[in-house]
Amino acid sequence: MTEEGTRVRRIVGPFNRVEGDLEVALEIEEGRVVHAEVVSTLFRGFERILVGKAPLDALTITPRICGICSISQSAAAARALGDLAGLRPPPQGMLAIQIIHGVENLVDHLTHFYMFFMPDFTRPDHAGRPWHEAATARFGVGGPAQRAWLETRGRIMHVMGILAGKWPHTLAIQPAGVSRAPDARDRLKLVALIRRLRRWLDETLFGDTAEAFSALRTSRDLSGWRKGDAGRYLAIADDLGLGAIGAGPGLWLSYGAHETADGPLFARGVRRIDDAGRPGELEPLDTAAILEDPSHAWDAGRPAHPSVGDTLPDPDREGAYSWCKAPRLSGRPAETGAFARQVVDGHPLALELAANGGSVHARIVGRLLEVARLADALERWALALEPRSRFIEHGPMPRDGRGEGLVEAARGALGHWVSLENGRIRRYQIIAPTTWNFSPRDASGQPGPLEQALVGCPGGVMVQHVVRSFDPCMVCTVH
Amino acid sequence: MSYDVLWLQSGGCGGCTMSLLCAEDPGLFETLEDFDIRFLWHPSISRESGAEVIDLLEDLRAGRRRLDALCLEGSVMCGPNGTGRFHMMAGTGRSMMWWLRELAERAGNVLAIGSCAAWGGMTSAGSNPGGATGLQYDGVIPGGLLGADFRAGSGLPVINVAGCPTHPDWVVETLVMLATGALGREDLDPLARPRFFADHLVHHGCTKNEFYEYKASAEKLGQEGCMMEHLGCIGTQAHADCNIRPWNGEGSCTRGNYPCINCTAPEFEEPGRRFTETPKLAGIPLGLPTDMPRAWFVALASLAKAATPERLRENAVADRIVHPPRVVDANRRSRGR
Repeated sequence: MTEEGTRVRRIVGPFNRVEGDLEVALEIEEGRVVHAEVVSTLFRGFERILVGKAPLDALTITPRICGICSISQSAAAARALGDLAGLRPPPQGMLAIQIIHGVENLVDHLTHFYMFFMPDFTRPDHAGRPWHEAATARFGVGGPAQRAWLETRGRIMHVMGILAGKWPHTLAIQPAGVSRAPDARDRLKLVALIRRLRRWLDETLFGDTAEAFSALRTSRDLSGWRKGDAGRYLAIADDLGLGAIGAGPGLWLSYGAHETADGPLFARGVRRIDDAGRPGELEPLDTAAILEDPSHAWDAGRPAHPSVGDTLPDPDREGAYSWCKAPRLSGRPAETGAFARQVVDGHPLALELAANGGSVHARIVGRLLEVARLADALERWALALEPRSRFIEHGPMPRDGRGEGLVEAARGALGHWVSLENGRIRRYQIIAPTTWNFSPRDASGQPGPLEQALVGCPGGVMVQHVVRSFDPCMVCTVH
Repeated sequence: MSYDVLWLQSGGCGGCTMSLLCAEDPGLFETLEDFDIRFLWHPSISRESGAEVIDLLEDLRAGRRRLDALCLEGSVMCGPNGTGRFHMMAGTGRSMMWWLRELAERAGNVLAIGSCAAWGGMTSAGSNPGGATGLQYDGVIPGGLLGADFRAGSGLPVINVAGCPTHPDWVVETLVMLATGALGREDLDPLARPRFFADHLVHHGCTKNEFYEYKASAEKLGQEGCMMEHLGCIGTQAHADCNIRPWNGEGSCTRGNYPCINCTAPEFEEPGRRFTETPKLAGIPLGLPTDMPRAWFVALASLAKAATPERLRENAVADRIVHPPRVVDANRRSRGR
């Protein structure tokens, strides 16, 4: 800690329950953060590991970028290779992929809620708040809420055992389908597992039906919700004013989530905040407007579109403070994640909570809304499986070409860009959700979304709430 | 007295922890409680953050607190140029590589959780841009960060709970064995993997065994047949009990219709071929089942192929059972009529 007048510099780390290692450098003046730098501390170099590999080997390598959104990485790689080869899964194959992917996203949201986010309210910093004792008894590490969630999590993960072999790191998702065709018994077992999950959500998370929660349209409706663990969270959020801290950049990005033959479950596009502080109309997304800027990263490259970008680690780059490059959409930092998806999709409650850039609270509610909506979709998808259909097709992989694979991971927009030359991978670039959210500054000095969200935040435990509201995945960030 | 475990993560994906949280019947917290195993700190589970953690690490390093087991998940990042700067442990100004060396000296046991921590794993693939290595192996070569001669306080080498990811039970059961004094040198295989899972082959209990017996092979991913002949499956050589105690309820790689890539072994990440293709010499797979003489394999395979029932031949290249086994009255009693 160093002091310059009243300005105090603090390094916060190791920052745990963020999936990976994170450090945040803060400057605090009169009890408020005035400047934040987000440091991704780990470089592994997957984009370089992939260079020279046979194209389909990417399906074995890329899931291992991330142990928490492994399916998302798999799906993005399969989509990128499929794009390149002109292959698409048959409709039933798409459905199976979305069941696998939907379970991962839903499970990740609740693992975040129960394992990563809620334990912070049991910290002694909050002692004396009217809810603190009850929260400590329910949400503490190893406490009843976590135990109940892990039991439910273990059971719904049987979906992975049935459809994907194992989780994480499956090879079941292929460019044109899934390797395992579920039979009639599998279909019913999937429905049974999903119904059990829904029952648990109704009884424990929402204290009412998930449909009733996703039908909430205004924050006034929401503020009366005091049922289940969601209600316990909402009471805490009201008391601490979590709706007033952690505003993001006011540009929300979604690649469109869970595409089946009927299109995506959650829309693709962007929304930006208008002069009145309200989210505007849905705008189309042009991925050609994405640029990765390494000017504050330990990387010797230049700003480039990921289809032509490179990863050139340089720990001595001047002005750099993170291994993470800074993705920008038309030159602007964008926020991505469950809340962004619900804003882009136009859920009325999400749109209202997006006013002035959203908040810690908005991100948590976005995740809960998505859990409710996904659970419903999962049951529909499982019922729609037709065990006699085809789940995979096959086709040749060209020796040369370029592909783009865009999916929505639990934490937001995930893109893979691959080029082949002479039957080998020549270039592979990945932009993960937390690369967007936890990006460092760009060439023009614009801070990344978390860096913005921390400004104005009181120091101490509130910093923890702001950081974790994004559900960061640091292993994906730099990869 | 509790069995105190410190868990650190470095050059990996966090997937072994995510897998660990899938432990079932009993769940993770229940087993830890029942065997009095305590996480002093775990990056994905513990409440403590920042300075609280650094204080703990300093206490452990100075020997002011007992460290029964140090678990590392993820590779040791030695790059660039041996500096360890590819992973500076947040808030400490020190490389994770430095912390691991220091803490290993104080640990009763050191566990490599997953193939990255054991051998380098996927993070060391290709050109190994991060300089990733394992705790006591660099790929197949003994050494790694701590050196081939390293022994923890217990006298054991680094215990390699390998796998990509590890099965939740492998981790929980290794910890329980250590906490109850039930794991000695004789319980580790030549690569220091716990024998309770490493003495089995993935082939044991594989649901494709009948296809294997008759060399009725799948030609493309998604087909029912044995994946050894064409699709790169090396489950007959891979040490793990994946098909004896399945994953996530009832799964495994081979049950998911994709090949075993021997992820519990060093250098699985660089097979020298495509992951889903079998290299062959004169039509015979180069990698043969463990402990099987080549001549016998060739002889038995050609005999088996000649004898393959039509049912298996058809099912092997279908994406589901298209030809069910004939229903015979195998249990008919002789009624003396």
